[in-house]
Amino acid sequence: MKKKKGVSYAKWGYIFALPFCIAYLIFMIYPIFNTFTIGFTNMTDQVQMQIAQDKMIGIEPTVQVEVLENPMENYQFVLSDPNFWSSLKNTCIIWGVNFVPQILLALALAVLFTSNRSKIRGKGAFKVLFYMPNIITAATIAMLFTKLFDYNKGPVNDILRMLGVIDENINFFSMKGASRAIVAFVQFWMWYGYTMIILISGILGISPELFEAADIDGANGWQKFFYVTLPNLKSIMLFTLVTSMIGGMTMFDIPFMIGGQGGIKGHIRTLSVYIFEMSFTGGKLYNRASAASMLVFIMIAIMAAVIFFMLRDKDEAARHKIEKAQTKAYKKALKEQKAKGGVQ
Amino acid sequence: MGKKSTGSKIAHFFIYVVLILLAVMSILPFWVMFMNATRSTPEINANALGLLPSKYLWYNKSVFDGKSFDAMTGFINSMIISAGATALAVYFSSMTAYSIVAYRWKLRRPFFTFIMAVLMIPSQIISIGFYQMMYSVGMNNNFLPLIIPSIASPAVVFYMKQYMEPALPLEIVEAARIDGAGEFFTFNRIVIPIMKPAIATQAIFAFVNKWNELFIPSVLLTDSKKYTMPMMVSLLKGDLYKVEYGSIYLGLSLTVLPLFIVYFLLSKYIIAGVALGSVKG
Repeated sequence: MKKKKGVSYAKWGYIFALPFCIAYLIFMIYPIFNTFTIGFTNMTDQVQMQIAQDKMIGIEPTVQVEVLENPMENYQFVLSDPNFWSSLKNTCIIWGVNFVPQILLALALAVLFTSNRSKIRGKGAFKVLFYMPNIITAATIAMLFTKLFDYNKGPVNDILRMLGVIDENINFFSMKGASRAIVAFVQFWMWYGYTMIILISGILGISPELFEAADIDGANGWQKFFYVTLPNLKSIMLFTLVTSMIGGMTMFDIPFMIGGQGGIKGHIRTLSVYIFEMSFTGGKLYNRASAASMLVFIMIAIMAAVIFFMLRDKDEAARHKIEKAQTKAYKKALKEQKAKGGVQ
Repeated sequence: MGKKSTGSKIAHFFIYVVLILLAVMSILPFWVMFMNATRSTPEINANALGLLPSKYLWYNKSVFDGKSFDAMTGFINSMIISAGATALAVYFSSMTAYSIVAYRWKLRRPFFTFIMAVLMIPSQIISIGFYQMMYSVGMNNNFLPLIIPSIASPAVVFYMKQYMEPALPLEIVEAARIDGAGEFFTFNRIVIPIMKPAIATQAIFAFVNKWNELFIPSVLLTDSKKYTMPMMVSLLKGDLYKVEYGSIYLGLSLTVLPLFIVYFLLSKYIIAGVALGSVKG
């Protein structure tokens, strides 16, 4: 009976963690490694087709997938490709134009919905409606907005004409600024509700005593906002910022679906669209697209590192230390007990 | 006093105006989409801003007959992929979280640190390596590469672990052991039921995210019979539908109708789930 108590269940920890580890290794680590390697090779669709063809005829492949003589060639190509830099620029512009109004509006709404003084009716319904676009398929939304802003039969042109703002229909997607603004607007429209809910839960997490103390000191609404709410939301705002940046770096669905409406692709081509076009359309230059992927990966890894250090909570580390000391003491006691048993 | 109250009344009025405008902004595009789905092309030509339904729904639907856009196929494909991936994600993430919470193994902490470190890595960054691997084993145009990887969902594991820590008293696990229950039995029969609320929340998000995914399915699936709902949308860009405006709106409506139904049935839980900080891409 005594022996059973000492049974270690530790091995079950490994067993239960095993499926995750295997799946992660196969479907994430290996593809990362694979992408990384392809970035140094000559692997393109052309080479792969040639190999397949040669094999079909039954001769030794005349070409091979191999590491390039200058392994950094693909990286050099991408880094000197004006399209890569313009994609990076587009990504940053579209993200920035969407994020600044997004966080400001979300913050204003979050303060409004959590304030005791202004009793807003129908808060729940507003929250449901503001969040709604976030859950709807981005591809569909992108397509819908291309139709809404359509040159010939778009409702937006109809409304503007009805209001007398314009005399003739505007071809929004032929204009650089307008097409970027539309992509940014759709991103803003899809995400401000989400950010608002995150900030509301952040504000509700601030100790009410702080607000009470401010009330007693006679602070007005603005003072409370600047001296209590805002400083306490700092970490959650940083979290929102970085997650949104990572999401922005991989922005794909909306620019990809809106793009292709003739001549506008260049203005709204984001990094993800750049990679997709390079690797899965036209010449299928897997090697160069891999190099571009790795460059984006590095940028995201840096941002993810920021999140990681924020999420790591310090209490946990302290608890871990105590735990370690306890297991040590426990093992020692166990040993002593064993030794005693041996004597008896 | 009186002055102040009129002032605040005006402020209140303005706040409502803004809120209602934002609400209209959320609804209007979808409203126009659903209404135009029932209108004919000449009607849309005359006035694209349709606020009232018309009677051409069946005609617009008939345009799709025999063409590549097939909402039913897309629905079934997306359903299979999303349901499969969701089931794997919540079950195995609970299991992984359980390994971290319930057992004291040597690599426990490094393992959790690792999960947090990779939380934010988006899958499309590795798409080329992933595609090449699947292509070489002949798994492109197959749903499995879109389902199986969900076994490893770091974000879901993170959420499950945060939920499990306070919700699962380890005494229960101990008690089950004393009663002679095996570890898997304990997990399936005791831990999973306790985790039900977290599983429900995460299942909704996992499902919706999978349903909406465009990049990886676009890379892997080239056979239009295997297309998912968001990929069907891209078919609407084709020239076949260029003159059929009503049908395009109908096609778009069909791709998102299931999401609207899910959202209005579960919006309470979805918003609570977002507030709990479910990490989304």
